[in-house]
Amino acid sequence: MNLLIKNGLVYDPINGVEGEEMDIAVKNGKIVEKVNERRAKVIDASGMIVMPGGIDIHTHIAGSEVNAGRLLRPEDHFIDFEAKTEVTRSGVGRSVPSTFITGYRYARMGYTMICNPSMPPLEARHTHEELDDTPIVDKATYPLLGDWWFVLEYLEKGLIRECAAHVAWMISATKGYAIKLVNPGGVEAWGFGRNVEDLDDPVPNFGVTPREIIRGLCKVNKMLNMPHTIHVHTNRLGQPGNFTTTLETMETVSDMADERPVIHITHCQFSAFKGDDWSTLRSGAEEISKYVNSHSHVTLDMGQVVFTDTTTMTADGPWQYTLYEISGNKWINHDVETETGSGILPFRYRRKSYVHAVMWSIALELALLIKDPWRIYLTTDHPNGAPFTTYPRIISWLMSQKARERMLEKINRKARKRSLLQDIDREYTFDEIAIITRAGQAKALGLRSKGHLGIGADADIAIYNIDSRTVDPSRDYRKVRRAFKNAAYTIKSGRIVARNGVIVESIFGRTLWVDAVSSLDDETATKVSKDIEKRFREYWTIELENYIIPERYLRFPICIQPRRRSEK
Amino acid sequence: MKVWEGNKKRALRDLFEIDGEPNDSPRAITLRISGDLRKVRMIGANMTDGKIIVKGNVGMRIGEKMSGGEILVEGNVDSWAGCMMTGGRLEVKGSAGDYLGASYRGSRKGMSGGEIVVHGNVGNEAGCFMRGGVIKIFGNSGGFLGVHMSGGEIVVKGNCNEYPGAGMLDGKIVICGLVSSIVPTFTIEDIKETVKVNGEKIMGPFYRFIGDIADHGHGRLYISKNRNLHLKSYERYL
Ligand SMILES: [Zn+2]
Repeated sequence: MNLLIKNGLVYDPINGVEGEEMDIAVKNGKIVEKVNERRAKVIDASGMIVMPGGIDIHTHIAGSEVNAGRLLRPEDHFIDFEAKTEVTRSGVGRSVPSTFITGYRYARMGYTMICNPSMPPLEARHTHEELDDTPIVDKATYPLLGDWWFVLEYLEKGLIRECAAHVAWMISATKGYAIKLVNPGGVEAWGFGRNVEDLDDPVPNFGVTPREIIRGLCKVNKMLNMPHTIHVHTNRLGQPGNFTTTLETMETVSDMADERPVIHITHCQFSAFKGDDWSTLRSGAEEISKYVNSHSHVTLDMGQVVFTDTTTMTADGPWQYTLYEISGNKWINHDVETETGSGILPFRYRRKSYVHAVMWSIALELALLIKDPWRIYLTTDHPNGAPFTTYPRIISWLMSQKARERMLEKINRKARKRSLLQDIDREYTFDEIAIITRAGQAKALGLRSKGHLGIGADADIAIYNIDSRTVDPSRDYRKVRRAFKNAAYTIKSGRIVARNGVIVESIFGRTLWVDAVSSLDDETATKVSKDIEKRFREYWTIELENYIIPERYLRFPICIQPRRRSEK
Repeated sequence: MKVWEGNKKRALRDLFEIDGEPNDSPRAITLRISGDLRKVRMIGANMTDGKIIVKGNVGMRIGEKMSGGEILVEGNVDSWAGCMMTGGRLEVKGSAGDYLGASYRGSRKGMSGGEIVVHGNVGNEAGCFMRGGVIKIFGNSGGFLGVHMSGGEIVVKGNCNEYPGAGMLDGKIVICGLVSSIVPTFTIEDIKETVKVNGEKIMGPFYRFIGDIADHGHGRLYISKNRNLHLKSYERYL
């Protein structure tokens, strides 16, 4: 089907288009120069804004911890369910929705690609099964490698080339997209009831420090020329005073910087705490943003907290234990063999809680104080800070000081007094919103045919019913919220999938994975694979042959082959 | 008025014969429902006022989240009757299934107010996560009566299966019949001649236990002394 989107106000930051009235033509799932108007379906987008489909760089939507979260929270399903329609399947879940509902709800908001950020390699098969079941959107998933025994051992011995070969094998075997680190070293230490205190606290039973893991994997990431940077959930996440660790984490790889960023700090809000304990908690957003504003090697995402009931889930077992101690809620902690760990726990963020209100403020402060929108992306670390369905509210806070003030009036008094938001008058433009919700992510993920509307790009398009020429988002923030909640049209691979909040066609998106190849000589490569075979027999509960996921196992795989870097 | 039949919306009048006049004041309304209601769920859910009289056995979740008014069932009710209710009155002439006045699965918000009276028996986990209100059972109760309860009162005139009050933090459970076993994390406090439930005096004597200590709870468990000779060994701790 050919499409012609006429007279829309196009926001395509990658191609420098900012709200110009123009037509977009679509043929065979791609954006093309022009189509024959008489043979195309014409969408009248006059008075509406047109953007590339949204991209979420960090959202927990599939795999073992998400599924365990579903099992833990029947009361979350009970309050939110959708009946089957002609085109959609039924499903449940507010903070941990079922796979189908996840796909539909993202599509309704105009999102067309989502990245699942923490996959224990052992659970990769299950994760891909769920991703395959998540309709409409394209997907990618990042295997957890920062506490993986092999990585720790290779780095301990200084065998960086072998480490790279092993990581390449892991990424390909699990059909992953990027290298994920969660509390590097700390999750492994937690297996023995401990955590790591800072970047130089050695991991028990391994002679490496978190700093060496971060630097090692950053180097490996460059050697493999991965499309994305290392994706880091920092050490000491969620602890008051952790902003210094975050600054150090960014600084420790600054010498590896080149023209592209080399590290992504995810859900940065949780890593920007100042103070000595919960009662003296303060925002570290000023320090973090100051560093980011003067260094180009870092990208971040927000990890916005919204006052609501949600479910927290992360590989960071010790942090989840802390949350259990704070809340007394039901919880799950899990150690994934030699690979990683995880924890899950329901949580309610309350406006009147000092700590929660400070957290709410920090994420917005970060997004507003970091000057370059290309380096910070909108996330809630779904569902940790809030369900992804709260994005429209966050967009309105970013675009309107008035909307922020409205919320400020309702939060804890002490938190309000200390919030930096009072002195920030920056308001995002539609163009900047397009950057932090799609274009920036596409760039950070190294996606060439997504996040923009240039000729040859994937025809993943969102049309929102709001006229940027007449609506003042600062004043009419409610209109903004409404427009971004339900896209007037969501187009995926050139097909209209959602229309004003109704799914009109359900198709399946693709799973992007990276076929990482190391540049090892044959002899070392053989040694590395011998090593894997031997260790598998010794340590794992499953056979190596069952561990590797063949490409044909995925519904619609897209393999990305990074160009090999010349190595010195 | 629309109701769900399976996953389809149907008009109520297609499924029931309806007569009577509508009235603007809910208080003045009395609904009488009869027929084969064993698979009809959520009768009177979220009701705030008025009265419902049901003839026959009914399905799950009758009176769920009700906050006022009265439901009278002349028959049995299935599981989750009165679950999460906050006020009003539910009376069942027959027996009830599991999770009477309980929270929904996974949630900690059980019944927090109102009154449930069951003339027959009840299944397992009646009063699970109960926070307030009264449950009165004239027949026998299944296991884990009042599990995790943190407030309110439950009285069972008949016998009770194992572990009443497991994980309870606060509130009162009175059992007049035989109890097969007490959770070991309850301690015996004293013997009481009578106990009051919802203003009504119930004759004992009762062993009074406090617990569940494993959850730092201080709930009160009253167990008939005369009907539970196997608990006599506890007396040496008095
Ligand atoms: Zn996360």
